[in-house]
Amino acid sequence: MSAIKSTVRAYILENFIMGGDGPAFTDSDSFMELHVIDSTGFLELVTFLEETWNVVVEDAEMTPENLDSLDGIEAYLRSKAVAMPCAA
Amino acid sequence: MLLHQLFEATARRVPDKTALVFDGVRHTYAQLDARANHLAALLQQRGVQRGDRVAGFLDNGVEAVLCLYATLKCGAVFMPVNPLTKRDKLAYLLNDSRASALVSHTVLQAECVHALAQNGSVHTVMMAGTTAVTATEDTRQLPFPAADAPALAPLALPPLIDQDLASIIYTSGSTGDPKGVMLTHLNMVSAARSVSQYLGLVDSDIVACVLPLAFDYGLYQVLMAFQTGATIVLERSFAFPVKALEVLARERVTVFPGVPTIFSLLMQLKTLGEHPLPDLRLITNTAAALSETHINALRGLFPQAQLFSMYGLTECKRVTFLPPEQLDIRPTSVGRGMPNEEVWLVDEAGQRLPNGSVGELVIRGSNVMRGYWEKPHETAKRLKPGPIPGEFILHSGDIFRTDSEGYLYFVSRTDDVIKSRGEKVSPREVEDVLYSLEGVYEAAVIGVPDALLGEAVKAFVSLRPGVSYSERDVIRYCLSKLESFMAPKHVEFVASLPKTDTGKIKKTGLS
Repeated sequence: MSAIKSTVRAYILENFIMGGDGPAFTDSDSFMELHVIDSTGFLELVTFLEETWNVVVEDAEMTPENLDSLDGIEAYLRSKAVAMPCAA
Repeated sequence: MLLHQLFEATARRVPDKTALVFDGVRHTYAQLDARANHLAALLQQRGVQRGDRVAGFLDNGVEAVLCLYATLKCGAVFMPVNPLTKRDKLAYLLNDSRASALVSHTVLQAECVHALAQNGSVHTVMMAGTTAVTATEDTRQLPFPAADAPALAPLALPPLIDQDLASIIYTSGSTGDPKGVMLTHLNMVSAARSVSQYLGLVDSDIVACVLPLAFDYGLYQVLMAFQTGATIVLERSFAFPVKALEVLARERVTVFPGVPTIFSLLMQLKTLGEHPLPDLRLITNTAAALSETHINALRGLFPQAQLFSMYGLTECKRVTFLPPEQLDIRPTSVGRGMPNEEVWLVDEAGQRLPNGSVGELVIRGSNVMRGYWEKPHETAKRLKPGPIPGEFILHSGDIFRTDSEGYLYFVSRTDDVIKSRGEKVSPREVEDVLYSLEGVYEAAVIGVPDALLGEAVKAFVSLRPGVSYSERDVIRYCLSKLESFMAPKHVEFVASLPKTDTGKIKKTGLS
């Protein structure tokens, strides 16, 4: 798994799911559909992405394609040409 | 007149008109009516009878709309359950209502399985999102019928009258357990008619629904649109505001119902100007008060639309609305009532108060609930004898003041229920969950002001010696037990909580 995906996965498990009690999600699963993150949760996720990777998430970029799965988030952040602290 | 007959009449009148747009797919009135009839016949075949409770545990979507009408058509009682509900609470709801059927989706399978393991009343489980029924699955379970499912024997029309229950909608209160608000067909038809009338809904309206259908505010968007012959543009939620806005602009919506949190998110969008809603003519708000700042901002952004500031409660659907032209005169009022309803303020002795007073708001009308399901004690606290023998008036539990012309202004609640994101949060329900966390010694939950949410949920927790949790640990635990809007946003650990002389936890000093 890439560093982006593992970092975001850890953040989600830490903040939204209690141990093994929540739904297991794959890299391509929709957070919304599986109820991993709800509407206010996405705002917190955006803040996390902005602070961790020093990017600004524009209004128009707040879409399910960019934010609703680990795959989507990775593709989105790469398109913002983020610099990773370690090899991806 | 029964609730679903309003929809059926529209389906006969304009069968090929688009009733529902969801996820890019358009459904006509005829299509929805046919599928609802099929589902109703199936429920009936499975033994669902008049008065039986059918729980709909679904996200916004076609299945939720079909479940609503199918349940009504076979004479059963529709029980919407928030899809964010966790397994233990779902079990409580199914047991309390002694539900006969559960309609849900595979994404919620885990919660359903665990809840059903604690329940003995449900004999039919219908799962959307799958066509498979394997041998290892629950024998009560069958797939939600697809649009092209083969025909069944027609539905036998149940002997319903408008005094029969149409719905039970659970609501949280001060005590820990949610209560089922019993609503008859008459209650709901009456409410739907009053609201449609004062809003002036017409069949050319295109109504946006970004609200959960599991709450009456969202549910009635569908009921009223289908009664009027309008079109509903249904969204899963407002989680992705720009995406939702694109859909609403493309569909040229004319009506946008929201709550203050949604309007805040909308107004925070810097790109709002790129998604104009030129056809928007009505904006409605309820569930929490709209600040004057919000009101002015909304009117500035959408000058061509009328803004309706409203107030209501599940126990009677809606109480009052402010005629838009009054916004220039008294923007913080919520109005004086609505058609076919009477409201007034009472003092602690229940005596009617004149204009210019402060007191508890009471409601009289055909929209007032029958009571709380199998909770006569709780019911007696809210429904009290009215002016005509045998009738009951609803005590709202909210304190209002009236001006000299009788316009109402919200003052405060009489209980400690929190309103966060426009959703009711029972502090007691959250405290009960906190007490179930190993190592928690005492807990107290209050609401604190929050710019986006209105009120945020804050928990004060004292832990047993040797126990250590982070704020995030506690929040995550609550998220696993409660709907997300009920989980605390803030958790403060304290050595002990303030107490009254009799040793009960005192919340008054907490903030």
